[in-house]
Amino acid sequence: MAVTGQVVEGGFGDPVFASQSVFRAVMDAMARPGTVQAIATDAMPPAPLNAAAAAVVLALADSDTPLWLDAELAKSEAVRGWLAFHTGAPLAGTPSDAVFALAANPAAVPPLTGFALGTQEYPDRSTTLIVQVESLTGGPVLTLTGPGIETTQAIAPRPLPGHFEVQWREINGLYPRGLDLILAAPDAVICLPRTARIGNEEL
Amino acid sequence: MTIGTDDGLATYNFAYLDEQTKRMIRRAILKGIAIPGYQVPFASREMPMPYGWGTGGVQVTASIIGPDDVLKVIDQGADDTTNAVSIRAFFAKVADVETTTETAKASIIQTRHRIPEEKLKDGQILVYQVPIPEPLRFLEPRETETRKMHALAEYGLMHVKLYEDIAKNGHIATTYAYPVKVEDRYVMDPSPTPKFDNPKMHMSDALQLFGAGREKRIYAVPPHTKVVSLDFEDYPFEIQTFEEPCAMCGAQGVYLDEVILDDRGGRMFVCSDTDYCEKRREDGHRGHLAGDAMEAAE
Ligand SMILES: [Zn+2]
Repeated sequence: MAVTGQVVEGGFGDPVFASQSVFRAVMDAMARPGTVQAIATDAMPPAPLNAAAAAVVLALADSDTPLWLDAELAKSEAVRGWLAFHTGAPLAGTPSDAVFALAANPAAVPPLTGFALGTQEYPDRSTTLIVQVESLTGGPVLTLTGPGIETTQAIAPRPLPGHFEVQWREINGLYPRGLDLILAAPDAVICLPRTARIGNEEL
Repeated sequence: MTIGTDDGLATYNFAYLDEQTKRMIRRAILKGIAIPGYQVPFASREMPMPYGWGTGGVQVTASIIGPDDVLKVIDQGADDTTNAVSIRAFFAKVADVETTTETAKASIIQTRHRIPEEKLKDGQILVYQVPIPEPLRFLEPRETETRKMHALAEYGLMHVKLYEDIAKNGHIATTYAYPVKVEDRYVMDPSPTPKFDNPKMHMSDALQLFGAGREKRIYAVPPHTKVVSLDFEDYPFEIQTFEEPCAMCGAQGVYLDEVILDDRGGRMFVCSDTDYCEKRREDGHRGHLAGDAMEAAE
């Protein structure tokens, strides 16, 4: 593939400090599920990749982490080229091989149980799924409980993958196996680690 | 020992570790947070200090720290031991961060053996240096077996050990590295902190990260997470109590160290958390030996 300007441009201006600050935002988001953490980034990925999702992948993915792309991203040569150039991450053939999975179209996210869910011995060997959303507010309100949440945490991202609550409960039921979800609006993220429960039930 | 000589660190990256190593450790930290109390394997790197100096904690701190952080390092509660001073100097040099001894001012606190007395706040991160992360290691030396026990949440062996303690001593004699259960699932070693500090881990406002360098494990307890010390209905968990208050600041309900005053058997008990003790004295609190001790120090 030809290395075009669109592939080379738009990475982190200062990768060391940008990676650190994006990671800290994701860490805070993962430690406090449902809180909105701003992702201030100078990353300018090719469409339809959004800046926050791209920054998370730039900060955390590399040649050791197979990356799965949904059809909308995979069909864009610019996106594939940009991610390959800036992360070196190999593309995962199937969701179950993915350390990171990136979806631009929430409606077309494959069944969550099809991603890598880890094993009972190594539950960490599981996918971190990044789903781009239009907004982290304005959607149907979901109430989260679980570690990292003092009482309850309301979230209202939109749109979400189909049958999300049912699918997420299924993930909860596999604990400690499971996957961890990052919802990425263009300028901020919300994380749902596998411990996050929807509804007010006890963990 | 010196760390951070100009020769050894001539071409280091920000925070010493290379970016690929940081990414690997950052990924392990995120999985640790998502699975509270579970030990995530990671590829520990050589650090310019021996393992006993907390290289696991140093690698965790190096992977999370940024230019805006304020770092505090404590060893046995004190900011001024060689170990704490060296690690603080290391990060001041390789990450150019502000350091502090004041618990309330720190965004990251790296610790060996203690949790500060002052209640930690939302947004603070406590990084533990862990020598032996596996709470079942002394009961079962084989990693394949302990991993199975964690996989199945099969923790009977740990209860047997604690119960043998009771049979032998009439109480649970374990006072350090007292095992805890995290979110009703994983049994976790809180690192060699005194069991006095275990209740501070429960529902803490701060994020707690644990790094074991030699054993190559990272684990985490998110804020507001259940951390319960293992016990029995008829032998409930109890923390250490001290008969007298701190001799310097008069604090009660804090962890005290015994300090030998002279060679005639004179001794006193003072706060192990030196910052906490100093703050209290600055605020005018006095223990019964405060005057004498100050004279002795001069
Ligand atoms: Zn004191």
